[in-house]
Amino acid sequence: MPFTTIAGAARALRDGRVTSVALAEQVLERTSMVEAQLHAYLTLDTDGLMEAAARADEDLAARKDHGPLHGIPIAVKDNMTTRHMETTAGSRILSGYVPPYDATAVRRLRDAGALIAGKTNLDEFAMGSSTENSAFGPTRNPWNTDRVPGGSSGGSAAAVAAGMALGGLGSDTGGSIRQPASLCGVVGAKPTYGAVSRYGLIAFASSLDQIGPITHRVEDAALLLDAISGHDPLDSTSYPGAIEAAGARLDWGLDGIRVGVVRRLGGAEAVEPDVEAAFDCTLAAMEAAGATTLEVDLPSTEQGLSAYYLIAPAECSANLARFDGVRYGLRVDGATTEQMMSRSRADGFGAEVTRRVLLGTFALSAGYHEAFYGQAQKVRTLIREDFARAYRQCDVLVSPTSATTAFPLGDRTDDPLSMYVSDVFTIPSNLAGHPAISVPIGLDRHDLPIGFQVMAPALAEAVMFQVAAAVESLAGFDTTVPFDPAYGLRGGVR
Amino acid sequence: MPVNLPSVTVEINISHVARLARLELSDEELGTYGRQCRELLEHVARIQAVDTEGVEPTSHPFPMTNRFREDRVTPETVLGREEVLARAPDTEGPFFRVPPAIEEA
Repeated sequence: MPFTTIAGAARALRDGRVTSVALAEQVLERTSMVEAQLHAYLTLDTDGLMEAAARADEDLAARKDHGPLHGIPIAVKDNMTTRHMETTAGSRILSGYVPPYDATAVRRLRDAGALIAGKTNLDEFAMGSSTENSAFGPTRNPWNTDRVPGGSSGGSAAAVAAGMALGGLGSDTGGSIRQPASLCGVVGAKPTYGAVSRYGLIAFASSLDQIGPITHRVEDAALLLDAISGHDPLDSTSYPGAIEAAGARLDWGLDGIRVGVVRRLGGAEAVEPDVEAAFDCTLAAMEAAGATTLEVDLPSTEQGLSAYYLIAPAECSANLARFDGVRYGLRVDGATTEQMMSRSRADGFGAEVTRRVLLGTFALSAGYHEAFYGQAQKVRTLIREDFARAYRQCDVLVSPTSATTAFPLGDRTDDPLSMYVSDVFTIPSNLAGHPAISVPIGLDRHDLPIGFQVMAPALAEAVMFQVAAAVESLAGFDTTVPFDPAYGLRGGVR
Repeated sequence: MPVNLPSVTVEINISHVARLARLELSDEELGTYGRQCRELLEHVARIQAVDTEGVEPTSHPFPMTNRFREDRVTPETVLGREEVLARAPDTEGPFFRVPPAIEEA
């Protein structure tokens, strides 16, 4: 049986039951079996991984233990810079770009002894909910290869689900960690805004973006998060205070926990019946385990999707101005500087990125700034006030992570709005800056995973992980099914 | 929260916006993106019906004010000139090179 959890592999490494080299080989062997079908990686650093694994084994033998991630292979979403390893953000405009520096989250992983297995596929610049917007082709869902893995961190979610790494990093601007985790049957957490440094994360929407973990187990997600979080002087929005360790209360249970149930979060209307049934079943189990539940309403979140699709494109249009063919990336020649820039950008950006840059440029242009961006930021305040009211009565809020399970490739690519609606349950936490986690709880009638979202107030990660660990244990869901060669990777109806 | 959502007509001059965004697009692309942006804006413009009288905007999820650091060189985070120029599409000596910025008369 392969190692599927970070905590389990970490124990085995110290007991001498496995070596880091063997863990790296396990991951590479699994990757060689399934990568051709899944396309989860954009860069697989085989040599770097094996060298780092050998060093990790030497260090451990010399009693230089770097902590729980020591010798563990991790996959990193390709919008985080990695020194000497290509970083494309899934865009043609950065094809071939090799950064001269590590993102802070990546550097902290290395300092904690983790091994960077490679860089995972994503929707271009993290804009999308299916990983179909990658300039390098889509990733497929390990549970059913006709289906999308979700997005934008679909590569990390698929890689972790299928055993091509023991953990992964994603980034979440409107749900880009939690929705793919939900669709791929793994755990994915977006921390409080500011908990993890954004230095070296290729910016999409700076007031919303956060890096977070994707793993098989809640405990593993806490280990990863605790390794990368904490103040960073290189990110002026990084939270300067102390934060309780995410894994501090994992075994505290649900006794006395007040759970707010937000069925219509974000104005969600049609939740698939199997998703709703699994959600209700989990709620009942939580009550039986000592939690009290209370239905709550966050009416302002109905405007969340609209606020998000003004704020995110506006910020992206400003952030992506740096891709101009001057200092790095693709250049298409022109007679003047402006023509060179306009051609480089038009050639380098895909359709979704172009659409959002146009939308954001318009929303920020003279005469519209106040009506669109300004109004969206005020609505954001109303949403935060709704959350604050709910948290006077509740310790955590819960909802489905996604109204649907994994949808077929191509299903939503022709209608941008239908794709945007994928994120109604996840967007409100980004707008509020709060942490949220998706935990797999079961399968629908097509054998596709269903996710359960736990949200908490800012900096209350420890309580959120406490509840998530309890949900995981109550659901008893086996996330490792796609590991089984007998299950196979295939599409069609099962 | 509004009960009746007004339908909003949005005027968007897409070729002007594309120029502002430095995107050289064909007429066909302008037509497609213009239509899609208009549809999306008409959807999100419903946000204008929300009563936000007296509401302060949120620009950052935390009430953090500007954070300053000492203005000094930190060698561990400063990139070398060679390292940076090596990634540029076109350079001349210690400079990035671009086509003429001003069109000839």
